[in-house]
Amino acid sequence: MLDDTPPVRPRKPYLLRRKALRHILPWMVIIGIFVIWEIVVRAFEIEQFVLPAPSAIFASGWEWREPILVNAWQTFMTTVIGFLLAVLVGLLAGIAVGSSSLMYDSLYPALIGFNSIPKVAVVPILVIWFGVGTIPAIITAFLIAFFPILVNVAVGIATVEPELQDVLRALGASRWQVIRKVGLPRSMPYFFASLKVAITFAFVGTIVAETVAANKGIGNLMLVASSRFEVPLAFAGLLVTSVMGIAMYLVCAAAERRMTGWAMRGADAPQAAQG
Amino acid sequence: MKFVDLDRVSLRYGEDADGTLALHGATLRVATGEFVAVVGPSGCGKSTLMKVVTGLWPPTAGAVVVSGREVTGPLSIAGMAFQNPTLLPWRTTLANVMLPLEIVQPHCSRLRREWAAYLAKARDLLALVGLKGFEDHFPWQLSGGMQQRASLCRALIHDPSLLMLDEPFASLDMFTREELWLALQDLWLARKPTVILVTHDLREAVFLADRVLVMSARPGRIIAEREVTLPRPRNLDGTYEPYSVALVHELREHISAARSTAA
Repeated sequence: MLDDTPPVRPRKPYLLRRKALRHILPWMVIIGIFVIWEIVVRAFEIEQFVLPAPSAIFASGWEWREPILVNAWQTFMTTVIGFLLAVLVGLLAGIAVGSSSLMYDSLYPALIGFNSIPKVAVVPILVIWFGVGTIPAIITAFLIAFFPILVNVAVGIATVEPELQDVLRALGASRWQVIRKVGLPRSMPYFFASLKVAITFAFVGTIVAETVAANKGIGNLMLVASSRFEVPLAFAGLLVTSVMGIAMYLVCAAAERRMTGWAMRGADAPQAAQG
Repeated sequence: MKFVDLDRVSLRYGEDADGTLALHGATLRVATGEFVAVVGPSGCGKSTLMKVVTGLWPPTAGAVVVSGREVTGPLSIAGMAFQNPTLLPWRTTLANVMLPLEIVQPHCSRLRREWAAYLAKARDLLALVGLKGFEDHFPWQLSGGMQQRASLCRALIHDPSLLMLDEPFASLDMFTREELWLALQDLWLARKPTVILVTHDLREAVFLADRVLVMSARPGRIIAEREVTLPRPRNLDGTYEPYSVALVHELREHISAARSTAA
């Protein structure tokens, strides 16, 4: 005789459940890295100006918290402005490039060439044009971040199923209607995936520009700190940057889940192409 | 009255002489409100025929006239359904079915004002094909057969005067396919659009169509046609009666003859 009640797996205690593990593991990894780092530095008696121990970094970070916060805010705002510009331009240019094969073929080589230029090399030129300060950093963040957005939106729009295009075109849909009804929604998972890549790129761009040509920002703070052999402070700057990077990444990831939940059923969610 | 009129239409893909010649001298007439099925060996240009009729591909030679007008661009009145249901994964079933209303005039400009009426219409249509209760499901929550039903509804929501079906049931299992034949027959009897159905299932062609056209191997043209005089509404048992069986046999011979001349 088969039992009528549907079988139920016995519930495991919270900390042993897969879901709980998934939430805890990333933190364990980060803490683990710091612990190993600390042990290595102490065991091999590494000099502080070569590699400071995490404890020294945190202490230095706390000691200099005020200038760190001021400069972090500067870096954060610069990055966000550059990133938002990149989203706007990347989205519009991605639609333009993706919606016509002529545009795609004619613009793509130029874009690849442009993207191959190391952005560090552009910063001195930006300084000649705009002077030392925030604007070169915003532009550098923008220049690095817009490419992955453009590529992903363009791919999403360019790969609309031909049958679906036929269905819409046989209804008399214009090219723009096909893009609006199908191409754009379809490219949204790619777009949001690319945002996660772009925001971290934008931080890189800002810091690079601040290191080369600014008198504010975390990049500048690290430059000044290392020139004074305050290596723990330079590392504290790095740490603050990666915390901001993770925070913005999480914001983008949350936006992605909200907007494109339909594409996240399993493993078939599109992955962002690296720009 | 002729609704679709193809006169010696040829189509060669590509721009030079070594492009594939998909259609050569295809002549085809379909009356208003008629249900026509096109059968033929695989790769004979059936799908190309659909694209030419709907104006998605301009013919290389010959004339295409639909509803008394020469076709020069996409028709804007045709409903289409394919083997692949091509529903939009970010829209619910109901929103998918209502997609054409957002594009086709005059519905497009009325949609906002008469939203409730259109919504009711879409729900009725879904109920007609047995999708009541699935309006708010997403495509991935539906089975293949249900997706195909929704795709049919999408092709019909704007009351197209021409319905083009390109092997819409080919990827479904036998039972689902037969159920959908009945659903399609009901839809057609209720609205009487002109239908061109491309299929490689001869029973399907005989069950659904008023007239069955046989295409030759590539380059395709129409080499035979048979009227199907069975009374409507037809039932599935009828497909096993001598009249239908004989007709299927005859069509089959035409197709195997077409295949052997090609080889």
